Formats: sequence, C-alpha cells, structure tokens
Amino acid sequence: METVLAILTGAMVAGSVFLMLSKNLVRFIFGLVLASNAVNLLIFAAGRLETSRPPLIPQDATHVAVAVANSLPQALILTAIVIGFALLAFIFILFFRTYQTLGTVDTEAMTDAEPFASEDSTKGRRP
Amino acid sequence: MNSGLAAPIIIPFTTAAIMLLGRRRPNFQHISSMLAAVLHLATGAWLLYTVHHSGIQVLHVASWSAPFGIALVADHLSSLMVVITGIVYTAVSVYSRADVTPDHQQRGYYPLLHILVGGISGAFLTGDLFNMYVWFEVMLMASFALLVQGKTRAQLDGGVKYVVINLISTLLFLTGLGLVYGMTGTLNMAHLHIKLRMIGDPGLVAAVAVLFLTAFGIKSGLFPLFFWLPASYHTPPVATSAIFAGLLTKVGVYALIRMFTLIFPFEGNGLRELVLVAAAATMIIGVLGAATRYHVRRILSFHIISQVGYMILGLGLFTPLALAGAVFYMLHHIIVKSNLFLISGLIQRHGGSFELSRVGGLYRSHGWIALLFFIPAFSLAGFPPLSGFWAKMILIRASLEVGQFVLAAVAAVVGLLTVYSMVKIWSEAFWKPRPEGISERAGCVPPMNAWMLAPIMAMAAITVLIGLLPGPLYHMARAAADELLEPGAYVYTVIGNM
Repeated sequence: METVLAILTGAMVAGSVFLMLSKNLVRFIFGLVLASNAVNLLIFAAGRLETSRPPLIPQDATHVAVAVANSLPQALILTAIVIGFALLAFIFILFFRTYQTLGTVDTEAMTDAEPFASEDSTKGRRP
Repeated sequence: MNSGLAAPIIIPFTTAAIMLLGRRRPNFQHISSMLAAVLHLATGAWLLYTVHHSGIQVLHVASWSAPFGIALVADHLSSLMVVITGIVYTAVSVYSRADVTPDHQQRGYYPLLHILVGGISGAFLTGDLFNMYVWFEVMLMASFALLVQGKTRAQLDGGVKYVVINLISTLLFLTGLGLVYGMTGTLNMAHLHIKLRMIGDPGLVAAVAVLFLTAFGIKSGLFPLFFWLPASYHTPPVATSAIFAGLLTKVGVYALIRMFTLIFPFEGNGLRELVLVAAAATMIIGVLGAATRYHVRRILSFHIISQVGYMILGLGLFTPLALAGAVFYMLHHIIVKSNLFLISGLIQRHGGSFELSRVGGLYRSHGWIALLFFIPAFSLAGFPPLSGFWAKMILIRASLEVGQFVLAAVAAVVGLLTVYSMVKIWSEAFWKPRPEGISERAGCVPPMNAWMLAPIMAMAAITVLIGLLPGPLYHMARAAADELLEPGAYVYTVIGNM
C-alpha cells in the first residue's frame, strides 16, 4: 500500500513541478494545489498505513497491546490542509487582483517592481 | 512549569485581537500597539535574564510531556532573538504613527503587524518541528497581507513573486518534516537530536537535510534562492519594509542554525562545504547587486542578502567563535538594517524620493538625517568602533583560525564593497546639490516628526552602544554558541533522561 502511495505522490510531484515551471500564473496555481496535496499524502504514508484498528484504548489501560492506526499524521495533515486552504484562498485573490491591475498572468511581463536595467539606469543616472 | 515563556507569543496575538475592535480609532490602535510592543520587549528581557542566570527554560504546553506534546524552549539564542524582535517591534510600532496612512490603518495594518510578530516569536521559541511550520505559516500569512496592502502595481508584482517562492519553500519544509517523521516517529527537536543519530543510513539523513537547507535557504535569502527578496522588499510602506528587512530573513537564518546544530549532523556529509560556498556566493552576489542600484530601498534590500551570507558563514565554519560571530552578527544586523529602512523613510519624506537621482542636498538642509544615516550605514559597512566592525572582526578571525583564508578575504572585500554602496547613498542623497528641476517643494516641506525620529535615534544609540561596549553582547552570543555546539543541556532540559 505504501508503494502505491509513494508512486502516486511521485507522479503528483512530477506533474506539479511541470505546471509550476510555467510562466502562466494560472498553471502555477494548479501546480501548487497538486504539490500541496502530494505533500499531504507523503506525510500520511510516512506515518505508516495500518488498516486494522482505530487508535482507541480501553479506559484503564496505559498503552495499546496490538497494532493500531497512527493518528498523529492525520492531525498533521489536517493542520496542513487548513493552512494550505487559507493560503490558496489568499493566493487566488492575489493573482486575480494582480491580473486585474497589471492586465496579465504572464510572469515575464510583470516588471513593475523591478524595471528593466535600461530603465533603471536612465532613472538612476546623475542628472 | 514556566508559563511566562509563552508571553512573547500571547501578547502580540491578544493585542491583534483587541486591535480588530478599534478599527476606527487610529490613536487607540497606535498607543496600545506601543504598549504591547514594550511589554513584549520587557518579557523578552526577563526571559533572557532568566535563561542567563538559571539555564535553559522549557514549557510543556498543556502539560503534555516532551516528545508527545509541544514544548516551548528558550535557550540563549532563542531569548536573544526574542529580545531583538521586541526592540524592532517597539521601534516600528512607534514609527508607524507617522508612516502608516489612514487607508492602511483602516485595512488592518496594526492587527497584521502584531500577528507577524507573534508568528516570529513563536518560531524562535518553539521546540517542535511541526509547530515551527505552523509559526512560519502564521508569519507568512501576515507578511503576505502586509506586503500587498497598498495594492499598487509594484506591490502586486513584488507580492506575487514573494508569495510564490515562499509557498514553494513552505512545501519543501513540509516535505522534509514528513520524511523526518517517517524516519524517526517524532517531531520534537530535542528528541530528533537523539533519534536521527540512530538512523543507519547517513545518505538518507543528508538528503532530508538538504530539503531543509533549501527551504530555509529560500526564507533567509541564500544564493541562489534569494530573487524574491529584492523583487518585493522595496514596495510596501517603510514601517512594513523595516520589520521585514530586520526580522523575516533572520527567522530563516535562525532556523538554519537550529537545524544544523541541534537536529542534523553537519559534519561528514558534504553539507558544511555546500553551506560555506553558498555563504561566500551570497555575500558577493548581494553586494554586487547593491552596487548596481540607484534606489535607496533596493540598495538596502540587496545588502540584506550579502549580510545573510556573513551569518551563514559563521554557521558553516562551525567553531564556537564562528557561531558566536554569527549570533552577534545577526543581532547587530537586525538593529542596523531595520534602522536603515526607517531612515530611508526620512530621506523620502524630506528629500522627496527613494530614487537617488531625484534627491540631494539633504546634508545642507537636514544635517540631522545625515548624522542618523551615518551611524547605521557605516556600522553596516564595518567601520570601527561601530557594532558592525566587531561582528565582522569576529567572523574574519574565526575563518582565519580554521585556515579558511579565502573566506576571510571574501568577508573583508565584501565589507569594502558595502562601503561603496553606503558612500553612494551618502554622496547622492546628502552631499550632492539638490538636482535641477526638482524644486524645494515650496510650502509643503514637512516638519521633523518626533514619531519617526525617536525610534531611529534609539536604534542608532543601541548601535553606538554595542560598538563601544561589545563585551556583554559578545558574552551572550558566546554562551548561545556554546549551547548550540553542546546540545546535551538542551536535550536534557526538554526530555530528561531517555
């Protein structure tokens, strides 16, 4: 089962890297979504998969006697999903607003913060 | 046990919540911000005092014992960083009165500032790797929002690059964290120190270590991962960029130091050499980038990168003296760099522009600003007897002691090139006559603003003080370095005998 997850994660990361290398911001977002889900799967697999029992112990016991599912990765992933969701919401709005203001989603056309060297040097030359 | 340890985290978050109520009252927001910042500084100082006199402090949150629950840990390094955060926090809170427009204030500048500081303090104090990830996210979220608050074209453009690269760094961090958990079954940093040394396969550990190196290398602006920084740091309001410049990259540097002293073995897997090469390249590329710019804040942004190189050099040399130098450098740099960004605000306010070609004659008209600029600028460049001189001297001496003559030479030459950039700002903005065609903006020359001057003067005074009396600070930095190189005490305090 871990092998299947490992292959799946690898394929997702490969796809996300391909998408994120694009200069188009929309493609980048899809790459990012894919990558963050791939990382969540990775944490899930890293906690070892156990299909048998839920991680519950009898009231008077101090530890479990048989193998149970590991609940910590689920807590970690839940946190990561919540944070990732907030970040995605923000980044969607940011990119949309950028598209509205700058009129492009092509990162190579975005030069407002760092004007080209030629423009900078004419601005910067001693008067 | 020691619940005061959480105070530097709780104070900013509580203040942020209160701030949300007072949206329409700028006065109330500003005054309570200053109070919160001073309180944060005081608890930080108290923490440092406690750590210095009675050893490393630990708080097991909600009394969950160490490897299972989240531990907050304060050693010398953490508490020094919290104190320095408090100083910048206070300075920026005071300065915000003059710099933050009603528009930004209405859009929630103050709550975001407090959340940012809360996240930074959390990252410094936590003893748990996943918790550190959460604090990084808190800090990033606040910084994203602060960066693009004005919604200008440059801010959105810089913001996109900042957000994109930092999110990739976050994903790398999370990946590394998942793999570490898979290998060891723990996320407590002290526990990881023990567990990772039991892993039979050093190649596997080194591979994961590289993930962390890349993730925090992006955060701290290491070569070749720094391009987001000069793209974005000059776009937000001055107060925002000052706190970014002082603290954000240094959280990355802190995380790198913590990772490679406490968690991952540094020697014997080639990582040290990699870090040293990256440090030298960072110093050189940063300072050369600055030399080509003619915009005050863009020059200063490139200098952040070159200065981060010095700190990473201290980490890479990995001797007690070098690590002490790295910590000393970090503390000195945070004060000086935040101050320079604050002063760039004065240059813009009284000179009319951040572009060096459009300002001039400030020495004649505002001698005060010239003096205030002189202190941090030449401290940054490493002039004796200012604080930067000692910081550079310790690091150069540490490189000579281990026979790294090339690195010592690089550090010295980069210091000289820093002088070039500072002299450029000095001669363009202050000495050169006011450029033709840009008139003394008749009738609207703003008066000196005490809210702006006070924090700048205080931070300049701290710079001079560290320069004249480097002993106590060096003593602290050395104590931090000794703790970092001998993590036994840290591990014992957090998890006891295991």
